[in-house]
Amino acid sequence: MGISFSLLAVIALMAIAYSGTKFANLQFLFGVVIPYLAVITFIGGVIYRVIKWAYSPVPFRIPTTSGQQKSLSWIKQSRFENPSNTAGVIGRMLLEILLFRSLFRNLKLVVSEANPMELNNGERIIYKSDKWLWLAGLAFHWAFLVILIRHFRFFAGYVPSCVQLLESLDSWLQVGLPRFYITDMIILTAVTYLLIRRFVIPQVRYISFAADYFPLFLILGIAITGILMRYVIRVDVAGVKTLTLGLVGFNPSVPEGLGIIFYIHIFLVSILFVYFPFSKLVHSAGVFLSPTRNLSNNSRMERHINPWNYPVKIHTYTEYEDEFREKMKKAGIPVEKG
Amino acid sequence: MTELTKLNIDYRLPKKNWMDTPAEFKQGMFCHGSKPKDLESVGFPNPREWSPKDEDWKLPENWKEIIIEGMRERLDKYRSFRLFMDICVRCGACADKCHFYIGTGDPKNMPVLRAELLRSVYRKYFTASGKALGKLAGARELTKEVLKEWWYYFFQCTECRRCSVFCPYGIDTAEITMIGRELLNLLGLNTNWIAGPVANCYKKGNHLGLEPHTYKSTIEFLLGEIEDITGITIEPSFNRKGAEILFVTPSGDVFADPGNYTCMGYLMLFHELGLDYTWSTYASEGGNFGYFTSNEMAKRLNAKIYAEAKRLGVKWILGGECGHMWRVISQYMDTWNGPADFLSAPVSPITGTKFENAKSTKAVHIAEFTADLIRYNKLKLDPSRNDNLKVTFHDSCNTSRGMGIFDEPRYIIKNVCNHFYEMPEDTIREKTLCCGSGSGLNASENMELRMKGGLPRANAVKYVREKHGVNMLANICAIDRAALPALMDYWVPGVAVAGVHELVANALVMKGEKERTTNLRGEPIKSVKS
Repeated sequence: MGISFSLLAVIALMAIAYSGTKFANLQFLFGVVIPYLAVITFIGGVIYRVIKWAYSPVPFRIPTTSGQQKSLSWIKQSRFENPSNTAGVIGRMLLEILLFRSLFRNLKLVVSEANPMELNNGERIIYKSDKWLWLAGLAFHWAFLVILIRHFRFFAGYVPSCVQLLESLDSWLQVGLPRFYITDMIILTAVTYLLIRRFVIPQVRYISFAADYFPLFLILGIAITGILMRYVIRVDVAGVKTLTLGLVGFNPSVPEGLGIIFYIHIFLVSILFVYFPFSKLVHSAGVFLSPTRNLSNNSRMERHINPWNYPVKIHTYTEYEDEFREKMKKAGIPVEKG
Repeated sequence: MTELTKLNIDYRLPKKNWMDTPAEFKQGMFCHGSKPKDLESVGFPNPREWSPKDEDWKLPENWKEIIIEGMRERLDKYRSFRLFMDICVRCGACADKCHFYIGTGDPKNMPVLRAELLRSVYRKYFTASGKALGKLAGARELTKEVLKEWWYYFFQCTECRRCSVFCPYGIDTAEITMIGRELLNLLGLNTNWIAGPVANCYKKGNHLGLEPHTYKSTIEFLLGEIEDITGITIEPSFNRKGAEILFVTPSGDVFADPGNYTCMGYLMLFHELGLDYTWSTYASEGGNFGYFTSNEMAKRLNAKIYAEAKRLGVKWILGGECGHMWRVISQYMDTWNGPADFLSAPVSPITGTKFENAKSTKAVHIAEFTADLIRYNKLKLDPSRNDNLKVTFHDSCNTSRGMGIFDEPRYIIKNVCNHFYEMPEDTIREKTLCCGSGSGLNASENMELRMKGGLPRANAVKYVREKHGVNMLANICAIDRAALPALMDYWVPGVAVAGVHELVANALVMKGEKERTTNLRGEPIKSVKS
């Protein structure tokens, strides 16, 4: 149900943009109003989510320790896997966010179909390294970032040199014109892999629902319309830039003849922006706040404060001694009240 | 109990959506319900006679409201909870990391789905999309069936945190299970195996409910054993004011085989060092079953340790080998019940080493303490006394992923044993596999669950048994010592279980001891040095 619903939803969105610009002439709505609303929703939404998370305190220092703690001076601490100070935490977070450290550990379980304990070498439950999810995830996110940065050429009067450099790096495999971007190929491949694994790995399929398929179809739609525009159905790039610069300068104008595919592309991007803060996609903001990753494991060295710590009822020593005094005295255990 | 030796784990998934598949309570997979007297003695809600097998769980009329309000309160109190409800992308990396999933094949034991049990209700009551779109947005109503499903599966999680090591966002199922259990406890839905020890510990000072005189005489019994083996008379003190160190350890070590050999190890080591320390009958529990109940209950039990340290006027606290005790001391105690400004930063009286990493909690792990002693040659050790043992080391979940104490115990073992072999890399250290009985699941009525959950660990032990002839599974956890012997007997017969300080005491050459002919278990020592 989730798969077909999500696919149909993305197709319907494309149809809306198509008919809205082809038949109803709503170019201004799709080219200006919706993108503005989408950006506002995106920024406001992400801020709202982050504030909402930040509003809930972190009562306890609960890092997941994935390496040797700092203890005796001659025992080598695992500084990033079990950080004891801010520098270590920064290192751990950089590894996590830039390289997906935790996912890099991924293992694949292999269990013998027969009796798991009785076959050769006792080695019936085996863990094999499994880096495909890590690779596809990392490739997808980095390609997405590079593509996003490449789009800056549409939002600045002149193209910043760093964007130009990135473009030339991204297109070193260039064969003829237009420039062929490697990231276009990577994002298509990676998203397709992420989608297919949701279909074919039984466990992953079992846990997936519409919210898992929809963003993948949506991003696929964005990537495909973008690539089509670039290599197949050419659009008026100068016109697009007039529109985008107008948006950035808060002086929007919609040139004639931009091509319907452009409106489909920008509409899907707008939907992604709107959808982002209110879906699982906010993981990209949330990961920074994850208390099992962004805290140093120093709660034995420095007291961590729980803002809502409150006094609790305990069974005091006095109550305890009152109950057992005679037995304690008889057993030769010292007591407070003779 | 099902014949597990013919165990075929069925990883096939139901055809129907998991939301349409209600939990089926299978015999051997769950614990007895809590008893009213245990809930009453700590003031917990809804004390009554009930059984998980009953159709009617005798819930208060407004049970749904209690749960939803309980969720709201906890979403506001714990960033972990709110964040972990929101950011899971269901990538599935955690799915096959859970020992219960590996051992049972039940999809609701995949960490992601265990969390979705709660997340689906969160979406229904706390998110706009869930309210509007319902099942399409992964949301569902809270019903009595859902509540039973929570109970069944939140007591099939040992809060071991293995999944959180692999999660790209650090989502920690232990947090989710802990919140889930807190919510269930608002309706009096605990297990007997947890609620009983909590009540015992609250009133009597320890999980086993040993009263002060019994606690003392139980330790004195061990002293007799030590005297028989070594010829040395030890006279420890109890509740002694002015001692330098308060020693706290799980009561399981004092009472039950094979933990009591570990306890004999502590007694012998401290005697040999001439350590100025005391036991306490009031703070006679290092473990904390309150931690498997609610944050507040855990704090109420834990408070005794600092309170007793203050009353006795000791300088610092030394803690024995225990798993969740050290998760609690490491990540909670100081926050709950500190600051311990009446104690001083711990310094080893033998080596002068300052335990900088414990300068605020003032609580040192005995493996840190002993590793330091060995490093500075303060112990006379004869590892050949452990030559009958081929040892492997099981990292306990809590000390691994909630503390990170890996190299200290290994250093000790390598100094007191000549034959040490590691289990495969993906089954140790931060990737260690649970004994299957942690977080209060080490009862007997759920033995099938325990054997299935412990299967991955047992499998790794079997590997080193067949490859190297390993016959001893060392660990630093009292629940391991209580739970692993049954697991080994079942899956890997011939492998015994020992705390690290039992091995230390076997190797420890004590001043004035008689020639040792047996180890602490009364087994003959292979080659006695002349």
